[in-house]
Amino acid sequence: MKEAKPLLSVQALQKWPDFTLDVAFESDRAITALFGPSGSGKSTILNMIAGVRKPDSGRITVAGNVLTDTEARIFVPPHKRRIGFVFQDAQLFPHLTVQQNIKFAQWFNPAEKRGLPLEAVVETLGIGALLKRRPATLSGGERHRVALARALLSSPRILLMDEPLSALDDARRAEIMGLIERIRDEFAVPIVYVTHRVDEVRRLASRVIRLNAGRVVDTGSAAEVLGP
Amino acid sequence: MFGFSPDEWMAIELSLRVATVGTLAGLPVALVAAYALARWRFPGKIILDGLLHLPLVLPPVVTGYFLLLTFGKQGAVGKAIYDLFGITFSFRWTGAALACGVMGFPLMLRAIRLSFEAIDRRLEKAAGTLGANPYWTFLLVTLPLALPGVLVGVILCFAKALGEFGATITFVSNIPGETQTIPSAIYTYTQVPGGESQALRLSMVSIAIAMVALIVSEVLNRRIQKRIAVFE
Repeated sequence: MKEAKPLLSVQALQKWPDFTLDVAFESDRAITALFGPSGSGKSTILNMIAGVRKPDSGRITVAGNVLTDTEARIFVPPHKRRIGFVFQDAQLFPHLTVQQNIKFAQWFNPAEKRGLPLEAVVETLGIGALLKRRPATLSGGERHRVALARALLSSPRILLMDEPLSALDDARRAEIMGLIERIRDEFAVPIVYVTHRVDEVRRLASRVIRLNAGRVVDTGSAAEVLGP
Repeated sequence: MFGFSPDEWMAIELSLRVATVGTLAGLPVALVAAYALARWRFPGKIILDGLLHLPLVLPPVVTGYFLLLTFGKQGAVGKAIYDLFGITFSFRWTGAALACGVMGFPLMLRAIRLSFEAIDRRLEKAAGTLGANPYWTFLLVTLPLALPGVLVGVILCFAKALGEFGATITFVSNIPGETQTIPSAIYTYTQVPGGESQALRLSMVSIAIAMVALIVSEVLNRRIQKRIAVFE
């Protein structure tokens, strides 16, 4: 039997003058979607998991590791969390080539630590021909593929994606969604996926956390949450 | 060469040395101060900001006088540095370098700070999630992206240091071969009968050095921009 600890467990409370985030959920699934309209607190939750933001109170664990626990005064800084983050607009380093961007991640996360082989990732994401180029010369879809590769090569325990497709046209979106499925299947890296689009949730998510106005309003499979 | 007298050569060599040392010594301080002002919030930030920019707006004579009071033989800091490192500032070229560095510092600080502020913080956040601690993030992401601004700051400081006159002459006087930089030499030549041609020649040298510095900075800047390509 595997240990009973869930892959991801989030309990967080934070108050702003005009908004309160108060959520608690768990997931064991390969792709968990945080789904809801903009302003529902999805990205804030991702930032809390990544350690970029600290909740007023709460507890966050990933694969049995306590990353944030305000009661026990535990707060692991972002660079020690081993959490991959794929940003909406890729955020590749403009002064480095594609290869250097990817190696950046590898350098800080030695391969022994459960790392994925660089060649396999480059192959799967089809970026072999781009390695010598600079981010400014890449198209939107290419940039996202590089961002995925970079996040994967940081040997993450979990991969967070913040609306990774929102800047792409439909053809590119389908392509990247296919790649996300391959990442799930070939590299077995669990993914937390933030989106406000129903089609992405239906295609990708094995568990959906539906959010509205800073609260969890529904959880379950895509069919349960969205209807057939 | 060019018919310069030994005194003139000394002034030219000294000016270059003083400006280079003053600028390079100030650079690490400017990097730290610019980063602190651009990124950190701390009590007294406005006051620190004002103090660091003070040499820009004070009469240079006042700055020179305060340097004399603090870094002179009897000054608290000057004494401490002499005891610790054996370096004297008063009436030495090191003092001229200090005066020039202090006068050019605000220009360097300002350029570097602006370039730090222009960097997309999300790139630093990305570096963090990839496992880079804050120091590596600064070295590998922040600093390279700020490089064009740092370069502009260095050139501005160097140019200002080359032209510095008031603070230098107040702090370390006007000693040929030791503290007589190009501006001090020009001043001296304009004060003696028959010095006009020498004053004019050194003025032309000043212009030439300043032009070369500006052109070098522009060329380097273009190269860096090409390497970094377009920011998005």
